[in-house]
Amino acid sequence: MSGYLESVLVLLAINIILAYAAFLPMVAGQLNLGVAAFVAIGAYSAGYLSNSFGLHPVPAALMAVAIAALTGWLVAFPILRTRGIYLALATFALNQVVQGTILNLNVVGGASGYPVPAHIGFPVVAAFSLAVIVLVFLAFRTRFGISVTAVSDDERVADLMGLSVRGVQSAAFTAGAALAGLAGALYAHHFNYIEAQNYGVLFSIYIVLYVLLGGTQTVYGPLLGAAVFTLLPELLRGSAAWRYVIFACLIIAIMSLRPQGVILKRAWFSK
Amino acid sequence: MVLEIRSLSKSFGGLKVIDALSIGVERGERLALIGPNGAGKTTVFNLITGVYPVDAGKILLEGNDITALPSRYRIRRGLARTFQNIRLMAHLTVIENVMIAQYPRAPGAAAMLQPVGFGRANRWRAEARAALAEAGLEAYADEPAGALPYGIQKRVELVRALAAAPRVLLLDEPAAGLNAAETEALHQALEAIARRGVTLVVVEHDMQFVGRLCSRVVVLNFGCKIAECAPRDIHADGKVREAYLGAEEHAA
Repeated sequence: MSGYLESVLVLLAINIILAYAAFLPMVAGQLNLGVAAFVAIGAYSAGYLSNSFGLHPVPAALMAVAIAALTGWLVAFPILRTRGIYLALATFALNQVVQGTILNLNVVGGASGYPVPAHIGFPVVAAFSLAVIVLVFLAFRTRFGISVTAVSDDERVADLMGLSVRGVQSAAFTAGAALAGLAGALYAHHFNYIEAQNYGVLFSIYIVLYVLLGGTQTVYGPLLGAAVFTLLPELLRGSAAWRYVIFACLIIAIMSLRPQGVILKRAWFSK
Repeated sequence: MVLEIRSLSKSFGGLKVIDALSIGVERGERLALIGPNGAGKTTVFNLITGVYPVDAGKILLEGNDITALPSRYRIRRGLARTFQNIRLMAHLTVIENVMIAQYPRAPGAAAMLQPVGFGRANRWRAEARAALAEAGLEAYADEPAGALPYGIQKRVELVRALAAAPRVLLLDEPAAGLNAAETEALHQALEAIARRGVTLVVVEHDMQFVGRLCSRVVVLNFGCKIAECAPRDIHADGKVREAYLGAEEHAA
């Protein structure tokens, strides 16, 4: 496999994980604009664990997932007290706090970036990505999968039906944080260099954009969104400088034609 | 008594919406709660199910004080309801809406992670499908609930409430917006539910419907009980006529 093709596939695998990281809270009704914060936490934790403790990158990545999940669970308490646009702004602020903190942490290189020499190859990244797809598909076949949508559709009724609304919301937020952490850890160990500047709010917005574009009504939507976002700019390479302009125009076109995302539940097609 | 409220009061702002209201419901009874718009009927349901905390008074379900019990635990005690404005989860399919209400029968974290989505083999899914089939709604099982016509949604909401296996069922205007045939079908369905031993408390404006279904009527006005009688005696009650029609003018 050519180096170029492999790096595109690695990005695709990581972007799929990122898409589900944004999708899980979004299905529960949370517009999380702080996904990149958890990506950064995952990337820097994994890098620090393998650099400073000589941990093998895979267990380092798994521990980074746990750290991102724990952080997500803890910040979910204050963040889930907010709703709608306020929740989006709270996660936006979280992103700024995490990014700003890392930029000032000299132990992980601060603003000059952080090299992470221990390498995770393409097959392992792909295996993690496949595992995430399978897990998310399975999760949406459980009562939890139904409950997440129920909670975002009607909190009051979900509560009266006996569901712990806060529990389901917090689980979705935490699971999203864990996946973001995984994506960060894999990125750090595959590309062997991370920079906090990359994990800003703009990055979070891109991830949310894939998911909205693919559609949030089914588990297939984020998969499609991640694929389009990864592959389309590559296919447009021929037009060099204009490719991102064309890409952005295509996004606007898709959004205006299908505001609910490209992939919808069956019966919504007839509407 | 299966359900009892004792001198319940509730104010919103300075307005007293429910004022020292007491109602007892016997097991297996079919009680109607009627009154003019704004009398506080839906508020009574909201207090019983815990949507709002009470200001004063007690709510007892099968002898247990549930006044302070968090709303989500009440359905586990056998108390289910429907809503005046249908409130199905629009983005879930019909069968998923029904399955949501099964959760209180087997709650917990392990139940949350139980797979319930694979085909017809799953016990919970099969049960929900059977309940929909019994109500003649199987054809809609896999449709998103939000896309269905009003009458169908209304029937689904009843199937959903029953999926929690309630002993007491609160129905908020079940016949509103239904045509004659649909109202008749609803009547038959509720008769069947009552025969299974489920206690029914019904808020309803259709007095003909109430007269056929219910054995007792409690009339509310401005949050107070103004009458309590058999449905057929309701027209004879002066206070009730006054509440609905205003004070009678005496001929000069």
